[in-house]
Amino acid sequence: MKKNWWKALAVVLLLYVAVAGLLMPVPRLAILNESIRNLYFHVPMWFGMTFILVASVYYSVRYLRTPTPELDILAHESAKTGILMGVVGLATGSIWARYTWGAWWTNDPKLNGAAIAMLIYGAYLVLRSSFTDEQQRARISAIYNIFAFATAMPLFYILPRLTDSLHPGAGGNPAFAKYDLDSNMRLVFYPAVIGWTLLAFWLAQVASRLSLLKQKVYEKQLA
Amino acid sequence: MQKDFRLEWRQRAALNGMLLYVGSTVFVCYLSFSLRGGQLPAPAWNALFWIVLLFSAVNAVAKGFLQESRGRMLYYYTVVRPQAVILAKISYNALLLLGLALVAFSLYALVLGNPVQNVGLFVGNVLLGAVGFASTLTLVSGIAAKATNSSTLMAVLGFPLMVPMLLLLIKVSKNALDGLEFEASQSSLLTLVALNMIVGAVSYLLFPFLWRS
Repeated sequence: MKKNWWKALAVVLLLYVAVAGLLMPVPRLAILNESIRNLYFHVPMWFGMTFILVASVYYSVRYLRTPTPELDILAHESAKTGILMGVVGLATGSIWARYTWGAWWTNDPKLNGAAIAMLIYGAYLVLRSSFTDEQQRARISAIYNIFAFATAMPLFYILPRLTDSLHPGAGGNPAFAKYDLDSNMRLVFYPAVIGWTLLAFWLAQVASRLSLLKQKVYEKQLA
Repeated sequence: MQKDFRLEWRQRAALNGMLLYVGSTVFVCYLSFSLRGGQLPAPAWNALFWIVLLFSAVNAVAKGFLQESRGRMLYYYTVVRPQAVILAKISYNALLLLGLALVAFSLYALVLGNPVQNVGLFVGNVLLGAVGFASTLTLVSGIAAKATNSSTLMAVLGFPLMVPMLLLLIKVSKNALDGLEFEASQSSLLTLVALNMIVGAVSYLLFPFLWRS
């Protein structure tokens, strides 16, 4: 229990976010209306994705220093979790856009950047599947993972800031943080960020343990 | 490093092939647009130019590692440091791409007309693009050379990685086409330089690990 307190915290926070996020009063704004509640689900996805991808790069760097299969599995599963969070983030954003902008997808730098970053990480999965030798696969995908992180992060955090965008928080559109995020919303938003990030780490941990176990079973069958 | 660079230069058999590749691509563009019998609008000119450059860059750089024989790799491995190899490859590829880009630009301007109003900015932009493409694609071709289906992998890995750079390049070259003053594209150019430096530094750091395997 001492080691697993953060999982309990994740469950509690996410339950709180689900209940409070859907029921607590939110500011009435034109166009946004109730869809402002997407703040509790869409935005934390990207926070969680960034944190888990940072963790993945950290494991990859450690793998290059001391190559062990555990670190490779951790890096791989963290990256996969990051991709999952990114895809969910794109999906929630797309649904939100359908009801506020009237289209599932618009030609917007922020949206395109996120989609291309997902393609970069999709290529990571393709790269992994095209090696037969396990050590070589681990080493080269670690290299690519670091490289991908260095090129994908500008897509999220630098390039969209250079151009105008429809997306909230860019191009003169009100960011949630500026004035319409009143203290009521902060009460849900910050727990949501922490909760979804913890969930991402939990997912990555469970997936890594599963694939470690699979590997052990496989080795036993060979022996 | 000097020597390595010269070695690279010596096996430039592919160079003529690349020149022909660029030439025929430009000519195909020209023929397919001459059917409409009109001058290309500037945005289409710009987009087509960068697409031609993108594809010839991927093809040109892919040769760098894929066509290297195993024996030669082992020889380099014993003689020079990996950092020297990656720097030599990047600078060779940058020069190669710059040459190709300038040839492509002059041919392109010859047959499709030259709407560029600020040539200095345009050429500077092409220079930055060549360096950026070279540093991204050199590492990618090194990675792809290790895998089994390397030619597909080269495109799959390379294209998304180049998109951030490409977006900035297209924006700046659009500014150059329209003859906007330098200030309009200053921030994009700075970001481009920063992006090049990030990619170059990461390739420099990572290549020794790739080399060892």
